[in-house]
Amino acid sequence: MLTANNLGFSRGNHKLFENLSFSINEGELLLVSGSNGSGKTSLLRLLCGISTPDEGEILWNGAEIRDLGEDYYRVMTYLGHLGGIKDDLTAIENLRISCALAGNEIDEGQAKEALGRIGLVGREMLPAKVLSQGQRRRVALARLLVTHTKVWILDEPLTALDVTAVDMIRQLLEHNLSKGGLVVMTTHQEMEISAVTSQHLVLS
Amino acid sequence: MILWIIKRDLLLAMRRRADVLTTLFFFIIVVSLFPLGVGPEMNTLRIMAPGIVWVAALLASMLALGRMFSGDYTDGTLEQMLLSPVSLSALVMGKAIAHWLITGVPLVLIAPVLGIQYDLPAESLMVLTLSLLMGTPVLSLIGAIGAALTLGLRGGGVLVSLLVLPLYVPVLIFGAGAVEASAAGLGFEAHFSLLGAFLLVSVVCSPWATAASLRISMG
Repeated sequence: MLTANNLGFSRGNHKLFENLSFSINEGELLLVSGSNGSGKTSLLRLLCGISTPDEGEILWNGAEIRDLGEDYYRVMTYLGHLGGIKDDLTAIENLRISCALAGNEIDEGQAKEALGRIGLVGREMLPAKVLSQGQRRRVALARLLVTHTKVWILDEPLTALDVTAVDMIRQLLEHNLSKGGLVVMTTHQEMEISAVTSQHLVLS
Repeated sequence: MILWIIKRDLLLAMRRRADVLTTLFFFIIVVSLFPLGVGPEMNTLRIMAPGIVWVAALLASMLALGRMFSGDYTDGTLEQMLLSPVSLSALVMGKAIAHWLITGVPLVLIAPVLGIQYDLPAESLMVLTLSLLMGTPVLSLIGAIGAALTLGLRGGGVLVSLLVLPLYVPVLIFGAGAVEASAAGLGFEAHFSLLGAFLLVSVVCSPWATAASLRISMG
């Protein structure tokens, strides 16, 4: 269970949010929405542990995520809108390296299979710089196919994706939720996800 | 895990050879210009050699510092490193080793050839190469702290030199000093012991300090 208690966070003098509390159980989805600059990405960066909140605490199963450190990172996958894709590496190399960084080493066959499933057949050996925005996004999202983590924190995962890819991501999220995973995501697009419970958090 | 990072950085360097060659050419050009500028007076050149080679190595190593984390920072890989279940210090150690393999080792290998221009005797050439071999990893490790602290700042390049150069000075003094001592017929063991001590201290402290700086820069 991921719990946020009285979170407060500001950028410079600008207070993004305060007294923000919520809790997400196994199999639950939290959709974060709000206008540009309302602090969605900041909230997600707090939840994954990159930034520290000014006030309040974030707990994973009752323990502060800062104290858990690597134990929390082992069960959590964060996909920022930057994606972490290197232009000079091929799709396979990108995927294998980002998985290895996340502590989940995969071999070339598994990487190729995942990329095939996400719709990049025949593009595996191309350097990422020749791929389109949507294809680069797919390379980043392919990590979700091979990861074993429970908590997924996704920042705008649907940007630049076409309808088929959006549908595939929806199925992926549903699969993770049905296994008892947790998903926190921001999106501007409407998406019907059949989760046990889904909460909607609107930042203003 | 460290191996993954080293392998990846070497692969990236191979795909962008121009970046690697810039450092090496800078070193070669600086070291080769001095004999032309100073003139062919062998005795003067022999005295100047260790200092010039070491200063050039120092500046060449610093030239590539800005690139150490900036690529990973702009494409989001650094976020993923921060959230890796492997300790960030280990990853940073991997990055520093890769930086040394890319910028330090070529300098060490080319130094004896450049030293010939200064009419250095064989023993001095050997001591020079060995001192660079021990000193350049220290430059990469100390440089990593500076690179991490100035991450994402405008004008970070100037700031990183200001932060890092004072820490480079002891390495410069004892690295060049070893060659001078051996040329003067004194023992160079003391200098090497100190260089070894710098290396050990930086291996222990630098990854930890760099990891802490990265968390501050990204937070």
